[in-house]
Amino acid sequence: MRPVAVVGAGKTRFGAFPDRDLLSLSVEAGEKCLQNAHVSPFQVEAFYLGNFAGPSFVGQNHLAPYVSNALQIHDVPATRIEAACASSGSAFFHAVSAVGAGLYDVVMVLGVEKMTSQSTARVTEILASAGDCGGEMKAGSTFPSLFAMIARRHMHDFGTKREHLAAVSVKNHANGALNPDAHLRKVITLEQALAGKMVADPLTVYDCSLISDGAAAVIVAAGDRARDFSDKPVGVLGIAQASDHLALDQKSDITTFSAVKSAARKAYEMAGVHPADIQFGELHDCFTIAEIIALEDLGFVPRGQGGPCSAAGFTARGGAKPMNTSGGLKSKGHPVGATGVAQICDVVQQIRGEAGERQLARHSLGLAQNLGGSGATCVVSILGEL
Amino acid sequence: MMGAVYTETVVYSAPPAFEKDVPYQVAIVTLESGERVTGRVEGARVSIDDRVVLTETRDGVPFFRKSE
Repeated sequence: MRPVAVVGAGKTRFGAFPDRDLLSLSVEAGEKCLQNAHVSPFQVEAFYLGNFAGPSFVGQNHLAPYVSNALQIHDVPATRIEAACASSGSAFFHAVSAVGAGLYDVVMVLGVEKMTSQSTARVTEILASAGDCGGEMKAGSTFPSLFAMIARRHMHDFGTKREHLAAVSVKNHANGALNPDAHLRKVITLEQALAGKMVADPLTVYDCSLISDGAAAVIVAAGDRARDFSDKPVGVLGIAQASDHLALDQKSDITTFSAVKSAARKAYEMAGVHPADIQFGELHDCFTIAEIIALEDLGFVPRGQGGPCSAAGFTARGGAKPMNTSGGLKSKGHPVGATGVAQICDVVQQIRGEAGERQLARHSLGLAQNLGGSGATCVVSILGEL
Repeated sequence: MMGAVYTETVVYSAPPAFEKDVPYQVAIVTLESGERVTGRVEGARVSIDDRVVLTETRDGVPFFRKSE
């Protein structure tokens, strides 16, 4: 693959916005991104949209040209990619692959989800369709319940405690409180997290990510043209997507995600780096246990040690390996289809040194891990200074 | 048919179709054949490694009870 770079990024704030629709969120993120990249709509050669459930959430299908034409990006291939919560991570993967293969020099990837116009019960139902609807979901599983069962088994096998889960939530809330674009800017204590309302035992509301509206976009360009657009291009040094069964009961071991390990191995190899080289990252903390397992599957901590390491501050802003300085899905918010690209925007922001109060001292090599469903899709991206 | 609980949870927040059942227990059970299935647990709550018995299958969903 030839060198590829991110030359611009733009996001909306994440939150519950009753007066905003899917299109207005998309246009805001897209226009900010074009501006940031100094790219005009007619220079965009292809458009990739990550969106999980627009047809269910807002009743609109055929979303890619719907959004691209509103951004004055006309005529080009406009394609929607759906991979549950990894929809826009996957869209980014396919965009980078196409530019890397030489098909295009300049493309836009945009992720969006408008979720809050539906009731929580209906949102739970729509999200559940990312699991195996014929089996586990028919039995009354919900996404929190799938990750609750993963947490239970991780606790059983490795001695992970509820305090370890809560520590992830406390850390991500502390980060999100400093992020002006985050959905829930609220510092919480360990005691509060532990006393939260139970959603699916052992996960409380403080272990679960938010139901949010939002959009995020990046411009991906050929590496040799990157400086035509940006003074601060960020290289996509490694990227991979992998897949696995949808249903948890089809996996031999639910305390690890084979798609994460596989995508990580390929991305590290492509970038020519090791887990120890990664300075910081954005992890898919749809539930606190998911961040703990991600630390293990990405090779940052030994198997089973994700909980104790999180509680010891390993992933805090001042720790050895800061994770989710944006606040993560827990505090920044989780508009499902926007999350993958939002993670890329957040890593780009750190690498460019534009993260304000959350800016890390070591910020030249970062990783984003975007998970779909209960691990059936994973995209791992490694970004660094060009 | 007998099996052992591989993992479990109790659901407190459910989609509309299951709201009437809340709170209810869901478990992944390893059957004697080695196959794993996701089903509901009725009666006493179960924990990982508990032995359970399949009592019936309703609309394709296996229902289990704790084995005495």
